[in-house]
Amino acid sequence: MTDIAPARPSRRRRSTPAAASPASTSPIRTRALTKRYGDFVAVDVLDLEVRTGEIFGLLGQNGAGKTTTILMLLGLTEPSGGTARVVGLDPARRPLEVKRRVGYLPDAVGFYGNLTGRENLRYTAELNGLAADETEERIGHVLEQVGLAGRADTATDTYSRGMLQRLGIADALLKDPDVLILDEPTTSIDPIGVVEILDLLRSLVRDRGMTILLSSHLLGQVQSVCDRVGIFAAGRLIGLGTVPELAAQFGGAAAHLEVAIAGDAEVADDPATRALLASFDGVAAVDWNAASSSWHVAVSPADASGRVREALLRAVLERGLRLTSLRVLEASLDDIYRTAVAGMAVAGTTTEVGQ
Amino acid sequence: MTTDTRALEPGLEGRSAGWRIVARKEFSDHISSARFIVLLLVLGAAAIVPLYFASDAIRSVASQVTDTRNAFLALFLFSPSSVPIPNVFNFVGIVAPLLGVAFAFDAINSERTDGTLPRLLSQPIYRDDVVNGKFTAGLAAITVVLLAVVGVISGFGIVRLGIIPSPDEVVRLLAWVVLTILWVSLWLAFGLLLSVVIRRAATAALVGFGVWLLVAIFGQLIISLIAGVLAPVASAATAEEFVSLSALSATIARLLPLTLYQEASAVLLNPSVTTVSTPTTVGQWQQWQQQAQGQLLSFDQSALLVWPHLVSLVALTAACFAAAYIMFMRQEVRA
Repeated sequence: MTDIAPARPSRRRRSTPAAASPASTSPIRTRALTKRYGDFVAVDVLDLEVRTGEIFGLLGQNGAGKTTTILMLLGLTEPSGGTARVVGLDPARRPLEVKRRVGYLPDAVGFYGNLTGRENLRYTAELNGLAADETEERIGHVLEQVGLAGRADTATDTYSRGMLQRLGIADALLKDPDVLILDEPTTSIDPIGVVEILDLLRSLVRDRGMTILLSSHLLGQVQSVCDRVGIFAAGRLIGLGTVPELAAQFGGAAAHLEVAIAGDAEVADDPATRALLASFDGVAAVDWNAASSSWHVAVSPADASGRVREALLRAVLERGLRLTSLRVLEASLDDIYRTAVAGMAVAGTTTEVGQ
Repeated sequence: MTTDTRALEPGLEGRSAGWRIVARKEFSDHISSARFIVLLLVLGAAAIVPLYFASDAIRSVASQVTDTRNAFLALFLFSPSSVPIPNVFNFVGIVAPLLGVAFAFDAINSERTDGTLPRLLSQPIYRDDVVNGKFTAGLAAITVVLLAVVGVISGFGIVRLGIIPSPDEVVRLLAWVVLTILWVSLWLAFGLLLSVVIRRAATAALVGFGVWLLVAIFGQLIISLIAGVLAPVASAATAEEFVSLSALSATIARLLPLTLYQEASAVLLNPSVTTVSTPTTVGQWQQWQQQAQGQLLSFDQSALLVWPHLVSLVALTAACFAAAYIMFMRQEVRA
């Protein structure tokens, strides 16, 4: 799975890997990119930059403008305004050159059902002008990578949705792209398969120096694999950064400690314990969580593993309480996303968030 | 920068072999598809059956007349009197549109519903490579079908009836095949247009076959109705008026592509046909008969006679294809 770019005597072989190009040339960069369909603004003045060798997650609800953005990056639809640069080229003007170097997995990818998986890939290889002698080897390699080698010679009519998705990734990798754009890559793949695919993406970045842009509404997966995340709502980028950065930005600057003390479950929401927890320095709020029979203590992130925990442990020892649970609750992308979108709706910047 | 070295590589940018690859793939799909085999069998049967009934009649005539010129072409023109079956060229005129629509009605919309279109377009080919390739593949498949059918009829004539075609007949036959391919490609372009405009393949097929039915069965009726209203030949008081009115009604009839095809076919396959317009009076007919007696047109004269028909068919095909092309180029990749 790791040998991504074998030395191939090919006219497409590049002398230096993409990762070695200067840092100033981001593989994907947009400036005020806008797409309007009549009155509807699908993508609204988007400034986006994806750096070489990173996995960038585009996060947003259905209809937030993720796919439209991707189509503009590939030159498959023309922007209404602004510019895009992909591998240093304008996709609206030089789409062929861009498409030769960018692998794309479309949302709900499909294949010709009368052909086998291998035949479908062979067609893609032909369209990419791959030399005939290296095509078969390359096809075998990408099929191995996505774990489809065993089913490659049956008609794609018989494939499950997840298998089609895997074949789609193989299809996008076939041309050995510098940039990989994946639209909802893990939808309808089973959980174990998702782990495999995400591992594959990481190894592509690590070994091949590929740059990956993926869009998803499955937040947990995005969180686990992406270096940086852009939160998309109603055609706008409302948040950008690593998950911790976004947590700091949208998490209300609060982290949570989950605290459970023996005997709490019997006396739900015991006022004495509440008072005790609230008495520590740096605690912003104390909530009884009936579902897990524990206290959620809101603290500022810097204090979560620091002062408050220390004070709590000391108090527990002094009073002879039996602590059954103490852990830091990380801000999940889910929470961040909800806060971000809600914050946007409250701010009244747009009325289309709910769509 | 890697970008620049890539761009300078010869033969990469501006390489436009995409349509050829698309066409090759589509053609091999067509050849192995059930619809190809079914259409081949239907057309083949339709060509053989009247031939079988006609062969006895042709043989008896051929043995009596020593100087039967164009006995070979009679294979395509002969309509047996014993059974009500149209002759080959009339039959092809009616059925060929079916062939064109059948090979194109799902060209684009099935790519759309199967989710293969975005994937196809994200490969390094131009967008028009897709329509061009598909049209070319359809044309190639149709050519194969028509050549096979014509080959079967000719072979039948040569082997079973012993009629060897003269060079002039071969040329005429080939010209007729070209005309027929043109006629079918008009419907192919129409089918392609439907596949671009109508998102569901089943709807596109229904519309295509509906239009075909309308043209093939009711077309003549509707046209003659219009002609009857606009140019009522019966109301003609003088000979001049009569002639001008019948000319007008013939022009109206030619608005129907089927008329164009049938007139051109008759001229190309039958050297004794010296005029494209049918005689409308007994006098005219007699005059026409006298002209036709013993006087056969050479191929180039026949070709000259149907040149306007050919140009009209090419223009109609081009218009249909251009509409499909432009609409496809303007459509969003996503529905």
